[in-house]
Amino acid sequence: MSSFRVSGRGRVDHTQPIQFTFDGKKIKGFKGDTVASALLANGIHLMGRSFKYHRPRGAVTAGSEEPNALVGTRRGPGRFEPNTRATVQEIWDGLQVNSQNRYPSLSFDVGAINDKAYMLFSAGFYYKTFMWPKSFWDKVYEPFIRAAAGLGVSPTEPDPDHYASRYLHTDVLIIGAGPAGLAAALTAARAGSRVTLVDENPEAGGSLLSEPSVMIEDIPAWDWVAKTVAELKELGVKLMTRTTAIGYYHQNFVGLCEKLTDHLASPDGETPRERMWRVRAKQVVLAQGALEKPLVFDGNDRPGVMLAGSAQTYLNRYGVRVGDKAVIVTSHDSAWYAAFDLADAGTAIAAIVDTRAEPNADLVAEATKRGIRIMAGHTVTGTEGRLRVKSVRVNPVTGSSVGAPEIIGCDCLLMSGGWTPSLHLFSHTKGTLKWDEERQTFLPDHKAEECEIAGAGRGLWGIEAVLNDGAKMGAAAVKSLGKTAKAASYAVAHDRPGTGVSHKELPTDLDAGKARAFVDYQNDVTAKDLRLAVREGMRSIEHVKRYTTNGMATDQGKMSNINGLNIASDALGVPQPKVGLTTFRPPYTPTTFGAFCGYHKGSHFEVTRKTPIDSWAEENGAAYEPVSLWRRAWYFPKEGEDMHAAVDRECRATRASVGIFDASTLGKIEVVGPDAVEFMNRMYTNPWTKLAPGRARYGLLLGDDGFIRDDGVIGRLADDRFHVTTTTGGAARVLNMMEDYLQTEWPDLDVWLTSTTEQWATIALNGPNARKVLEPFVEGLDMSDEAFPHMSVAECRVGGFPARLFRISFTGEVGFEVNVPAHAGRALWEMLFEAGKKYDICPYGTETMHVLRAEKGYIIVGQDTDGTVTPHDAGLSWAIGKMKPDFVGKRGLARPDLVAEGRKQLIGLLTEDGKTKLEEGAQIVLDPNQPKPMKMVGHVTSSYHSDAAGRPIAMALLEDGFNRMGETIYIPMPDRVIKATVTGTVFYDPEGARLKL
Amino acid sequence: MLLIHCPYCNQTLPEAEFTYAGEAHIARPADPSSVSDEEWRDFLFIRTNVKGPHYERWRHFYGCGRYFNAVRDTVSDRFLITYKTDDPRPELSKLLEKSK
Repeated sequence: MSSFRVSGRGRVDHTQPIQFTFDGKKIKGFKGDTVASALLANGIHLMGRSFKYHRPRGAVTAGSEEPNALVGTRRGPGRFEPNTRATVQEIWDGLQVNSQNRYPSLSFDVGAINDKAYMLFSAGFYYKTFMWPKSFWDKVYEPFIRAAAGLGVSPTEPDPDHYASRYLHTDVLIIGAGPAGLAAALTAARAGSRVTLVDENPEAGGSLLSEPSVMIEDIPAWDWVAKTVAELKELGVKLMTRTTAIGYYHQNFVGLCEKLTDHLASPDGETPRERMWRVRAKQVVLAQGALEKPLVFDGNDRPGVMLAGSAQTYLNRYGVRVGDKAVIVTSHDSAWYAAFDLADAGTAIAAIVDTRAEPNADLVAEATKRGIRIMAGHTVTGTEGRLRVKSVRVNPVTGSSVGAPEIIGCDCLLMSGGWTPSLHLFSHTKGTLKWDEERQTFLPDHKAEECEIAGAGRGLWGIEAVLNDGAKMGAAAVKSLGKTAKAASYAVAHDRPGTGVSHKELPTDLDAGKARAFVDYQNDVTAKDLRLAVREGMRSIEHVKRYTTNGMATDQGKMSNINGLNIASDALGVPQPKVGLTTFRPPYTPTTFGAFCGYHKGSHFEVTRKTPIDSWAEENGAAYEPVSLWRRAWYFPKEGEDMHAAVDRECRATRASVGIFDASTLGKIEVVGPDAVEFMNRMYTNPWTKLAPGRARYGLLLGDDGFIRDDGVIGRLADDRFHVTTTTGGAARVLNMMEDYLQTEWPDLDVWLTSTTEQWATIALNGPNARKVLEPFVEGLDMSDEAFPHMSVAECRVGGFPARLFRISFTGEVGFEVNVPAHAGRALWEMLFEAGKKYDICPYGTETMHVLRAEKGYIIVGQDTDGTVTPHDAGLSWAIGKMKPDFVGKRGLARPDLVAEGRKQLIGLLTEDGKTKLEEGAQIVLDPNQPKPMKMVGHVTSSYHSDAAGRPIAMALLEDGFNRMGETIYIPMPDRVIKATVTGTVFYDPEGARLKL
Repeated sequence: MLLIHCPYCNQTLPEAEFTYAGEAHIARPADPSSVSDEEWRDFLFIRTNVKGPHYERWRHFYGCGRYFNAVRDTVSDRFLITYKTDDPRPELSKLLEKSK
């Protein structure tokens, strides 16, 4: 093992070596290591290349806020994840890790040319560079940007893992299991509350894991953590580790993403990879702690430059020294402790550079005791080293003037610019923030949800203060639930309290324009970029953010927000609270689509509705098409037939003899009650009062704006009972609309509405022999033309089943629609099909249904209409009960625009060559030679090859179409212009002779 | 996900059971043919689109199926009250006082 691993130190298991690969190279670590800690233990700091400049980068943190050390991880086929944080990913035997954004290798990357050309890539370079000439956009700029964009490579194989989701209800949800969270959980659980405690790390403890020397209630911090976790479990607390609270939503609804298998060498295959928890908590305690800020100076992104607190974590939690010779640069006391721990573990501390003129005397004494050189009132103005920092440039600062530099050799530079309370989840709730002048940061102010914020998350510092605050907030949460709790008081020895100051970019004696002082590491945003954005007129912090992309990377500016704010505030000459903070949005850390998707994938993504006859269609080789959520038989191809041939054959067979069609998907609504007829009069355009029981009528439904919403045949079964059919896709919408009017406009009407779509199976028989096939099965009904004419309905028995039989036609042929209880659908279908064989009965699908109806000019709502079509536009004025005092849409039809001349109207189109089939949706122009953009006067709504007409037919909505009969119009296509003649919409049997028996 | 109180079921249930149904208290004129084009336009299309407390309709779609009214703050997404369709329009000042 390398010299950077401190024997016996940390929480890793030194008896369990683990081997994984990094860019193909074998790396050894211990169980409990992250990819980053194991690489650092092997002296490897270089872990990635930056996004824009391809600068070499190393881990700068030890947690989920990591902006630099993003890697690709692979665990076998399909299990590849880009942009994984090396600082979070636990290692296991066989894990494959690859660096990203480099070619050909991490140490030699041709993309690094961008770094030399950095002057070209300043803030807003997209907007400036790629503007001109316009023609370059498609061919040059966009391909270039696309090729250069992104860090990791998206996986291309399907994800073999599965993901779960669960709901959870709890009294108190505590987010963060550090000192504040543990104390809060203990207090709440002891008071008898149901408590859930979550932490994104593999184990509870938070900052205590990095502070083993602290004594809590006379026992070492780690023992206190173990004891506390044991007690919490005893008290029934649900402790969830590797679980990130990703979003905090209304009414204490919190999303948790629990990672279950990414840390395992061989998952059992049963366990989901991740589980999304949707938690409803009565009270929430936010104990997320604080994140350390970098200092902003030239070369602050070089591998080996790291946050001091993270170096302390690597040492104490993982037993890894991040270097042999360290320089510390800080504006906060906390980094001094990191220096002491490292010095005690054998790392030489070349200097502690503190930007403050007079650091805490106790710390100075401690450092002096260890023989550490102290450079108070100094700053760092630069670093050197290609793939790893090798020296630091340090200068004294007096007021705003920077003195002569000194170069200090080192292999790591540990920085601390102070700590930022983690306000992400609090901000999700729209809780307000207040600028704290003393701490130079934003703190939570007014709460929008039932929550408490505890510990470092509200600006407290030091273990004792945080523990006691956690206990207090745990008690407060319990009190809000109406219970009483006693907040324990904790005594802490060897505590490490501290204070600090906050900076904009550090002063420098170098040319400020050439300084590469990074604020946002992940998006390569420098202090200079932020100042440039302000100079170029950005005033709002939201504009500065978008112009520079500061804080817009996947880490959402966890490290960069306050530094960016300090610099923008200085550049604007406006104090920080007046500048304000940009908005944090969920998720807190990048979350997989799998976790959001959960079980809703594949066949579970959406239900597939199937009719009772669907299985017969499947057995008989139907091709399917989706119609809303239904899968419907589209056509029934015979051996060697394509769709065109099959549909032609189905059309021909139906018109020649008889076709059978599954119409079960038609929406069906039972309208019943003493006021049913009045209700129908008010809802539909047609008059219903005189429609006798036993008769049916085409019904047209409008919105109150006068536009067509739906249509269907409606049968009156009794004075007080209607069988309403709707379009397949419109059923739910129509019922909703009926309920709305019934409940809220006409509550005086005594009517009940019931959806019966799935209760009835509907079989349509069409063709000159339809009656011959059906009649032998019908009991209790005279089917003669006189007794049961076109547009009749009767309740009878068909094939022994109770039935509602309609004589209607959507084909222009004699037609019947038999409704039988759903369970009887397939049996009756088979009976009719068997009996129909002697008439060459032909099963047909939706495509033939469409062709047959189009030949007759019957519209399909939603295809030939689009929500702006009136009955008159569609040639359906005859369906309007003009004598009725009111119906939905009547007043709308009198609106000035709806009675205007020249509206788009539904007409027929015949292509001039008699062969070309138009494309549905194609646009129509009157003059194909006019300059572009041409004036479009309509579009093709339906277009088919018609066997009956012997040519292609089409319908279209055309401006002033009714007055253009016989005129030629043009349909420009990418390769040619098609000429067509305007006609009526009935292409077959215009007299309707075939409807008679 | 919001929790919504259905005034008919008298239960507070997840938003997923409900559907939104537009602004409330827009009555369809009793005799539409007697209203002017402008009045009809207003009935069809003109909505208050308030920033703040908004009178609106919801339907307990996957429950009792009833339409009901609500006052919801469009800024905070908080419901101040839900009430039955035939209940009188609650006064905003009283609601705001109560919610304090």
